[in-house]
Amino acid sequence: MSRRPLKAINEMKLCFPARSENERFARIAVSGFLSQLDPNIGEISDIKTAVSEAVTNAIVHGYRDTSGDVMMQVKILEGSRVYIKIQDKGCGIEDVQKAMEPLYTGAPDEERAGLGFTIMTTFMEKVRVISHPHKGTTVVLERTIQGKNRL
Amino acid sequence: MTEIMTMGKVTAAYISGDLDHHSAAQIRSEIDREIADKHPKRLIIDFAGVTFMDSSGIGLIMGRYKLMSASGGDVIVSRPPAYIKKVLKLAGIDRLAPVYDKADGILPREYHKEKEVTPIEQTTTQSH
Repeated sequence: MSRRPLKAINEMKLCFPARSENERFARIAVSGFLSQLDPNIGEISDIKTAVSEAVTNAIVHGYRDTSGDVMMQVKILEGSRVYIKIQDKGCGIEDVQKAMEPLYTGAPDEERAGLGFTIMTTFMEKVRVISHPHKGTTVVLERTIQGKNRL
Repeated sequence: MTEIMTMGKVTAAYISGDLDHHSAAQIRSEIDREIADKHPKRLIIDFAGVTFMDSSGIGLIMGRYKLMSASGGDVIVSRPPAYIKKVLKLAGIDRLAPVYDKADGILPREYHKEKEVTPIEQTTTQSH
């Protein structure tokens, strides 16, 4: 059974250098854009946390030995569905399944808890990871916003 | 910004603002410097002023837990807001460090004295 893809109502794109100072900017940009959906505090904080994890992964792991840009696309789809794509052109992930295991970290020396993907999958309804070694990683996060009226 | 103080054998670190991968590096080095200087038996990390936290905060707690337990000390997580509790719970942090909702009796007392707001005396007289 195939469902008709949801129509995009609004959309924004961002591109910024993979610098850790931009982690906060990325979260604030997403929450600012999504404010038009009037999300409740829990929803916006879940989304910000998931975005922060994906962007941090791109900076810490994707561009571990190189520099480059992080691309972010946010779409508001029909039915208050939120689609967020975070993309890097870094080193990619050899084994996505392993990377998504709770407590696995590719950077044990840097006090990374290994919970990035666990947070993404817990706080968002749908998480997709597409990665090619030496080409980069794309993370797509999706979730429907209930808003303040259904808190 | 992190305010750190040690009273006897207890060090308290009051973190404020966003706690992410970017800010964690500095917070970590400030706390570790205090621990290296004062050798406390207990480290209390206070989250009351933290406006955002992702898994970098978990890494910060886990790292300090390792550091403190290496010298027989412990770590307490104090006053996390609801959105931070969710991340703490997901990580099962209470297995390493107990989480306290109230700071009464655990945080060094002098800090609260300092922070207490002295009521402004009503010196202005109203004339009609």
